[in-house]
Amino acid sequence: MSYGSPNYQERMYVLVAITLVIAVVFLIRLFYIQVLDESYRLSADNNVLRYVTQFPARGLIEDRNGQLLVYNEAAYDLMVIPRQAKNADTLTMCNILGISKQDFINRMEKAKAHSPRKASIFEKQLSVETYAELQEKMHRFDGFFVQVRTLRKYPRPIAAHLMGYVGEVNQRVIDQNPYYKSGDYIGIAGLEKSYEAVLRGKKGVKVMMVDVHNRTKGSFKEGRYDTLAVAGRGIVCTIDAKLQEYGERLMQNKAGAIVAIEPATGEILALISSPTFDPNLLVGRARSGNYAMLNRDTLKPLFNRALMSETNPPGSTFKVINALIGQQVGVTTTETTIGCRGGYISGRFRMGCHPHPGPLNLRQSIQHSCNAYYGTVFRDIIDHTGKPWEGYEIWRNHVLSFGLGVTYDTDLPVEKKGVVPPKSYFDRYHGVNKWKSLTIISMGIGQGDLGATPLQLANMTAAIANRGWYIPPHLVKEIEGDTLPKHFTERRYTTVDRPYFDPVVDGMNMVFQQGGTGYRSRLDSLEMCGKTGTAQNPHGEDHSIFICFAPKDNPKIALAVFVENGGGGSKYAAPIASLMVELYLRDTISRPAFEKTILDADLLKLTE
Amino acid sequence: MRREQSIFANIDWITVALYLVLVILGWLNIYAAVFDEEHRSIFDTSQRYGAQVIWIAASLFIAFIILLIDGKFYSTFPWPIYIANMALLIVVIFLARDVSGARAWLDIGSFKLQPSEFSKSATALAMAHYLSTLGIRMDALRTKIIATAIMALPMVLILLQKDTGSALVFSAFTLVMYREGLSGNFLLFGLAVAVLFILTLLFGPQTMTILLGAVAVVIFFFQRKRSLRNAIFVAIGAAVMAGVVFSVDYVFNNVLEPHQRIRISVLLGTEEDPQGAGYNVNQSKIAIGSGGLIGKGFLQGTQTKYNFVPEQATDFIFCTVGEEWGFLGSLVIIGLFTLLIVRIFLIAERQRSAFSRIFGYGVGCVFLFHLGVNIGMTIGLMPVIGIPLPFFSYGGSSLIGFTMLLFIFIKLDAYRMQQLR
Repeated sequence: MSYGSPNYQERMYVLVAITLVIAVVFLIRLFYIQVLDESYRLSADNNVLRYVTQFPARGLIEDRNGQLLVYNEAAYDLMVIPRQAKNADTLTMCNILGISKQDFINRMEKAKAHSPRKASIFEKQLSVETYAELQEKMHRFDGFFVQVRTLRKYPRPIAAHLMGYVGEVNQRVIDQNPYYKSGDYIGIAGLEKSYEAVLRGKKGVKVMMVDVHNRTKGSFKEGRYDTLAVAGRGIVCTIDAKLQEYGERLMQNKAGAIVAIEPATGEILALISSPTFDPNLLVGRARSGNYAMLNRDTLKPLFNRALMSETNPPGSTFKVINALIGQQVGVTTTETTIGCRGGYISGRFRMGCHPHPGPLNLRQSIQHSCNAYYGTVFRDIIDHTGKPWEGYEIWRNHVLSFGLGVTYDTDLPVEKKGVVPPKSYFDRYHGVNKWKSLTIISMGIGQGDLGATPLQLANMTAAIANRGWYIPPHLVKEIEGDTLPKHFTERRYTTVDRPYFDPVVDGMNMVFQQGGTGYRSRLDSLEMCGKTGTAQNPHGEDHSIFICFAPKDNPKIALAVFVENGGGGSKYAAPIASLMVELYLRDTISRPAFEKTILDADLLKLTE
Repeated sequence: MRREQSIFANIDWITVALYLVLVILGWLNIYAAVFDEEHRSIFDTSQRYGAQVIWIAASLFIAFIILLIDGKFYSTFPWPIYIANMALLIVVIFLARDVSGARAWLDIGSFKLQPSEFSKSATALAMAHYLSTLGIRMDALRTKIIATAIMALPMVLILLQKDTGSALVFSAFTLVMYREGLSGNFLLFGLAVAVLFILTLLFGPQTMTILLGAVAVVIFFFQRKRSLRNAIFVAIGAAVMAGVVFSVDYVFNNVLEPHQRIRISVLLGTEEDPQGAGYNVNQSKIAIGSGGLIGKGFLQGTQTKYNFVPEQATDFIFCTVGEEWGFLGSLVIIGLFTLLIVRIFLIAERQRSAFSRIFGYGVGCVFLFHLGVNIGMTIGLMPVIGIPLPFFSYGGSSLIGFTMLLFIFIKLDAYRMQQLR
């Protein structure tokens, strides 16, 4: 080395420094992205982890006798991921499915158009046999797999309005409730909706790993983060399937509703809204199409008349309430007799009545459904304080205590409160306190501004059957692993005292005796109590109404029947009620001809 | 003078140990990167990790041969080696099969040879020989031109193979020239150009020109002597820089290929394209970043194993290190590489002959370039330039190439005692 020229030895340090700077910069950067910044870990999880939801089986619904009303049926859909299906044994597949090669190609094209990397349905709802055959040879069909879903199945095509249906959740529900994800099923109507939280169970999740082509590569960390799905719990419905089915048959070709309640418990034994439909129509892929079809039907089969039809007046069935209130406020007694001169007459006003013997006492007034009697009683109730608006409020509070004009807030999927207008309603029409009993006299016979749903009429009947209390009507008897809410079993007392019920019940019993409005629908050796009613219908034939309970002592069933355009209460509603009671209490029908008349009656044709 | 006992006498075992550790870690990471449940054996030669065993064996064999050959061989025949290699590069341009745009591989049976991997050794030998010739001084213009030509010839030939990454590696020899006396101003100028390149792409040429003018005025007023001479100097400097700025714009838009343009834009964040040009880097960062402090564990990485990172066994092999071994693993690997490179520089300085020293710096600088560009690319600090990480990236040619580079130097070092100054 010549000492004259510089040897630049120190430049080694510059190069070492460059090396160290690069190493340090890299380590700082690595520390930042690996240790400080969490977002890369999330991105990696998004890349590789797929959260596969494990759907639990939905809870079953049984009737009060343990008969299955709804269960789950497995549906097998053959799925395909086109990109992975290159080496599938096409010919064998075609043979198993019974499709042509061209058909296979067409379906494949369709799936490809949907997405080459995601699964599309290749064949939906395979039969169990086909499923078994396919499963055996699955290794020969790369890219194909079978997805198991459960569909709701109704062994008897009854109680569609009660059962309701399930469907995919909409965006609004997803936004409100974090449990639901797009594509989940949820109860949309009926019990499926009311008991969604019980029936749905708890979803599980399986964490799977996928590669860049979305191919499953096995479970993540041997399933350490997986959760099992918890099956939905079952419920026992208060419905008696046999009674429900019979009621639906009786109501065939008629529009209207039947509600039957067990008075001692408030349990709804049958709830029929006619016309009805097969609940199996609202299952699976056909649901939206069938729903639209039912929705277009002018008879409105989707409309639950039993719970929703609130504007129809109760008609003469309401006279029993006025008989009770009249006694309670002291304007009438069992001894009070009132003569009828063809109706209730006040000055030039006349509210007509039908021919019947007279004068009548309280019991007879119910048996013969005398309008003059109840015009008078109602007038006296309203006027008994001297101020009609005060009398009206007193009367109204008594009415509300029978469950009219209120909701029950139990597990009914929908519920209307009916119409028992407050005093202010009349003030608005006639001026504040510028009205008197005569203005609203038609309410005395259950017409005018009153409205009640068939459910409310049945409940009112149950309150009379119990002589002064009712339990809010509800649909579920037992919830698996849970108890019923307390208010489902609590008595609500009427404001009319116990002793006043006996004469009214006697009168209702006399309805079935010679001369009574329900005589034709009597049952031998069964003490039934009932009351006919006719709801005036400005649009056509009057609606036929009947309320009844039986037996007279220790009643087992209370029901209300409402037949649209059925004419007087005795014509259709009373026979139907009578047949329902007979089936429920005696399990057999002793009057086949009587039954046949009802079954054959086609009231829908009349309206066309 | 000591008598030689065996071919292993005087070998720097530290370097050899670092080499062996890196090669084995590299092999394990290739195994993890392309691990396949159906081929669990690390010796399964149908898989890349099995094939890598063959390359490792071949490399060790070649290393042994290199140690056997007399140390004088390399300083005696650098030119025939260099010329033969350049000829091979030319042959490749015409005979190579097109592999995703590049024509850098020769098919020899089932074996694919990438001659450019061996050009590094050849160029380092030629450069060492030329610069160590008596009477050659780095500050002479002629020396600069010839040295640059030695470096530029393989660059041009490899660029003609459309393998930009491999070509750029040869710019590492600029650092060797710096060690041998090239003015530091060249490096500073290079650094300035790089900074200007980036700033121009970020802010545009107009803004940059105004900025440069302002800087020039400030520099002028801060000088002790505000003479006309100084003013002219500053003005010329500013004008040259402005020239650079506008040529950057021109080069970027007219010389670079579209895919290169977008890679640089993505790196600078002026364009986003996570599904396209930015995909590789984005997935690479996700893989490394998801490793955390201690990593997911051997064979537990998901991003590389399930192919989210492209080229996970070759150019992006560092992703597997980052994902499965975390920050601590990365620290170890970068530490080992740093040790190796610094060790090479230290050994280079202890050489008696200029030839051995210059060759040593060539080896160290090539490793440094590969390390900086490859890992820089995987963590988003460098544009995507496809060059391998020494000893880690899968591939026979590169492993053998790097082994030759290192072991020729180890041999020269072992031979140093027998050399006259």
